[in-house]
Amino acid sequence: MKWLRGFALLIALGVLGIVVWGAFAPLRFDSREEVFEIPKGTWARRMAGAKVEILPQQIRLTLGVHDVLLLRNLDDVPQVFGPTIMMPGQSFRLPFEVASTYSFACTAHLSGQMTIVVYPQPLSPWQRLSWRTVALWNAVT
Amino acid sequence: MHVTRLFILLTSLLIAAAAHADEGLKAGTFDPPRDAPAFTLHGSNGAPLKLSDYRGKVVLLGFGFSSCQQVCPITLGTLKQVNKKLGEQAKDVQVLYITVDPERDDEARLKKYLASFDPAFLGGTGTQAELAAVRKDYGVMAEKVAGPDGSYTHSSFIYLIDRAGRLRALMPFGHVADDYVHDVRLLLAAP
Repeated sequence: MKWLRGFALLIALGVLGIVVWGAFAPLRFDSREEVFEIPKGTWARRMAGAKVEILPQQIRLTLGVHDVLLLRNLDDVPQVFGPTIMMPGQSFRLPFEVASTYSFACTAHLSGQMTIVVYPQPLSPWQRLSWRTVALWNAVT
Repeated sequence: MHVTRLFILLTSLLIAAAAHADEGLKAGTFDPPRDAPAFTLHGSNGAPLKLSDYRGKVVLLGFGFSSCQQVCPITLGTLKQVNKKLGEQAKDVQVLYITVDPERDDEARLKKYLASFDPAFLGGTGTQAELAAVRKDYGVMAEKVAGPDGSYTHSSFIYLIDRAGRLRALMPFGHVADDYVHDVRLLLAAP
């Protein structure tokens, strides 16, 4: 019984440690870019009748963490991608500085519209913890 | 000798800074930048509107129409503020606004409309086919909305074209005048 209590205490301390780390450790990333690429051969696949979706209907970014949208056209033909037309080999880098919801006309989507939701920078411990929890949830689902 | 070395060092630093100017832009940037697609339309000043005539200036290129109630007045109002804030530098910047509604926007109407924001702004019009070709080259969308007022939905961003005629960046709708001023100054400073 004693070992069970000790084990439970150890687990509780571990969870507490993770929560404290999640709330107080600064958010650090190698890159603030959220990258989407049109792979080589996409146009040919579309011409062959394949349904190719590269950009999600909604892109979620967070200020100070992932707040730069980077689109790359690796295909051999120009592509309308997000809000603009991109030449083969060209990339388009769009930084965001204001938390808001942005809508762009986008012919790559069936709805003809792409939405980018930019969330405020998670500054408080609670916001950092919430952000990490959501990020973890998105990563596993 | 020291002066020469210092000059070379400073020049190198300036070139490196210019090469990385895009990294500091508030607008979305293209890498590598390509030549802005050429066009010749009917200018609101009565003369042909040729993009290449504005080499040496930074061009702010937008698409819209004079009956627009929502996007265009805000964008053009912002660009008016940009010119004001740029002061003396505004002479090196040209705002070009191309209509998506040629049925209503002839040269005279565009001139009157744009002059209500800034007399220096120039409009462009043409046939439906000519305008559609320009929009296609720039990846701009415009669609007539069904209804009695003949309105359009259209792309709302402004293209930034540098002095060498390269398509450098795209400013999404909603950015404030200071963001434009910041980017225009960077482009004006670049070689």
